[in-house]
Amino acid sequence: MSDMDEYLEMFFVECDELLEAVATGLRQMDEGTYEMETVHAVFRAVHSIKGGAAAFGLTDLVSFAHKFETALDLLRSSALDLSPQAMAVFHRSSDCLADLVAAARISDTRENALREELLIELEALIGEEDETEADVDFVPLSLDLGDFGGSPVGDRYVISLMAEADLYRSGNDPAALIRALEKLGEVRVTLDAGNVPVLSEWSADTPTLRWQIELETEALLSEVEAVFEFVEDRCRLSIATIDQTTEDPDPDLRDSQDPEPQDSDMAEPAITEGTPPAQTSPAPSAAAPRPEGRAEAPGAKAAEATTTATIRVNLDRVDKLMNMIGELVIKEAMLTQVIQTAGLSEEPEVVGALEGLRQLAGDIQESVMAIRAQPLKQVFQRMHRIVREAADATGKQVRLVTVGEQTEVDKTMIERLIDPLTHMIRNSVDHGLEDSVRRHRSGKPQEGAITLSAAHKSGRVQIEVSDDGGGIDRARVRSIAEDKGLVVPGASLTPGEIDSLLFLPGFSSKDEVSALSGRGVGLDVVRREITALGGRVTIASTEGKGTTFTISLPLTLAVLEGMLIQLDDQTLVLPITAVQETLRPDHATLHHIGATGRALLNRGELIPIIDLGCTFGLRPAPGDAHNGVLIVVETDNHKRAAFQVDAIHDQRQVVIKSLEENYGRVSGVSAATILGDGKIALIIDPEEIITSSTSDHGRDRMAIAANG
Amino acid sequence: MPTRILAIDDSPTIRGLVSRALKAAGFEVYTASDGVEGLGVLADADPDLIITDVNMPRMDGFGLIEGVRGSLEYATVPILVLTTESGSDLKARARRAGATGWIVKPFEDAQLVAIIDKVLGR
Repeated sequence: MSDMDEYLEMFFVECDELLEAVATGLRQMDEGTYEMETVHAVFRAVHSIKGGAAAFGLTDLVSFAHKFETALDLLRSSALDLSPQAMAVFHRSSDCLADLVAAARISDTRENALREELLIELEALIGEEDETEADVDFVPLSLDLGDFGGSPVGDRYVISLMAEADLYRSGNDPAALIRALEKLGEVRVTLDAGNVPVLSEWSADTPTLRWQIELETEALLSEVEAVFEFVEDRCRLSIATIDQTTEDPDPDLRDSQDPEPQDSDMAEPAITEGTPPAQTSPAPSAAAPRPEGRAEAPGAKAAEATTTATIRVNLDRVDKLMNMIGELVIKEAMLTQVIQTAGLSEEPEVVGALEGLRQLAGDIQESVMAIRAQPLKQVFQRMHRIVREAADATGKQVRLVTVGEQTEVDKTMIERLIDPLTHMIRNSVDHGLEDSVRRHRSGKPQEGAITLSAAHKSGRVQIEVSDDGGGIDRARVRSIAEDKGLVVPGASLTPGEIDSLLFLPGFSSKDEVSALSGRGVGLDVVRREITALGGRVTIASTEGKGTTFTISLPLTLAVLEGMLIQLDDQTLVLPITAVQETLRPDHATLHHIGATGRALLNRGELIPIIDLGCTFGLRPAPGDAHNGVLIVVETDNHKRAAFQVDAIHDQRQVVIKSLEENYGRVSGVSAATILGDGKIALIIDPEEIITSSTSDHGRDRMAIAANG
Repeated sequence: MPTRILAIDDSPTIRGLVSRALKAAGFEVYTASDGVEGLGVLADADPDLIITDVNMPRMDGFGLIEGVRGSLEYATVPILVLTTESGSDLKARARRAGATGWIVKPFEDAQLVAIIDKVLGR
């Protein structure tokens, strides 16, 4: 039934939010800065998951959520102390709940060992108190069953009903009850109004009307009783089965008002005949007992509900919009070109209109990007669990600090960041942090800290994973790399270059398999995933102080601010983020190194000149640098180089079209775009070009102090 | 004129399921996501019957019942409490708070409608 599926999907989406609420609440409880409302909120979230799961028959989820909720309820009522042990069980239960939801989502019905284990631990917390599950709600009224030996079917019942004031007050209605009985069979009703006093003596709280109902029905006694389920303690009721031969007994003689109320806490002694306690208050609410302890002032927690109006939109629609805006940007570029060709580009009106169009296209693009933008919070929050599990597995004490959770990035990126970040965090716990003995020796706190931070930096998003561990053991990294043949033994490597060896495919060693990181995935996979997002990962490490991984990502996967450059008859695009400056070289700054090597003295550093014409195979040997333009670029890895090109055209936004999807991977090229004249231009990947060309030329790059 | 029902639950899933079942049975359905919102839309929804969840942020089901029972116009509107507990304790509390009756989650659509019919005497 597809419409149920839709609700099921809705439920899972809701679960994501609820699980996050649980995790957030538990963390606040961890920090000790919580209020009772936090516990209530966690309880409610677990409870809601249970309620929804029950509606879809997800029994494993229901029973687990129930145990979890029961324990939280004890906490709420202060029947349970929030010990560190209890806290740990709650955290793991929160994780397990997430697992069970995930399993339910893919209809995975396999047994979950963690669930079994936690059920036992939760039960231990709860003690034997619970498990009064047995529903004691409907104990049949004591009745004269008369000829019980006979069949109860096809009987005649005589029902006497005298409504208490509370029956009306609770919104029940004797007329409705009688109509419900009519559905069961033939009904004859007699109203006994003999007790109705004169108006001056009439009190709303004293029942006076009595109905006597004869019911002939095939229904079972339990079905008749069920009609009165909601009112059994709000009226004087008797139900008697009548032997067809016996005459109508006076039902009052067998007033079956339950002699032993099941709800012993029902304080209202409404059974008493005669004058009940005078309740002259006309406001029914004043008479209604206040639900104890729950009377939270309405609005007191109004702040909790952030009422931003939201709608859920299928991501496909937003993607489609994004694509169309990409096309718009291209069309706008084409229009500009056409106007130029027609010689209209000097007309003030044309210029004004074109500028207006360009601005509007830019605004629309920004708005759509904002729709797709989501805070990194959802990724960061997941990492708490990863840290917890990693800490458990390694026996280390680890604290995760998150900074800048609200930083927004493209939705697609959020999803694709989860795996690499998970891996990096595990790596930090496993390899970054020292064990407690070593930490103690170096005077560090027992508990290691991993900081996950995010921020917008010059049009990009920067995410850092840093630990306060011992830093990279460079001697060991080098020896591993040499053993694996990744570097020539004895090669001269800068500390940064040694650190970067960690990202090489094949570095991750199987012989150092640990419970965690040794899952056959190395940091090379992380780098590949980040690169696929148009990002970079770099590493920085200080001995004894720790290691920091930095990921730099574009804000969107769809557009790029680029510099249009000319190489021979080709137009290419260089991402503007990499460009530091452009210049025409002169004799003072141009240096020749060896036979072919050329370098540019720029800001006190000699940086290699790379002729992009050669790199892309447009000319066999580097052209004369004096004839071209040099673009100084710096990558996120802080590698610098000067790219030699024939000319620079323009700076503009280009729409990224994946080359890999439409053609195949080309080294030195990250993607392609369509220009205003309809031609395709390749987008250059400066990092790759620098990396490959510096390794070709050996180490002709040298940093020297200027004016030395 | 169709019977009007106000359904209050903080879970959009449950709200959706309840609405779906009720609409299929020909009721006119209004929804709210907690007690505060429920009281807020009371006059607009002008319900013949209210179905409410118990555990909700801001104002729970008991607070809502108290509020409705305290109003002049809706003091005797039937209110059914939607609950996952089948324990007598909760039912007793619901009764004391002035609920007309209760519906235990999970419910079958037919069962939900039958209970409403019973309470409304339809």
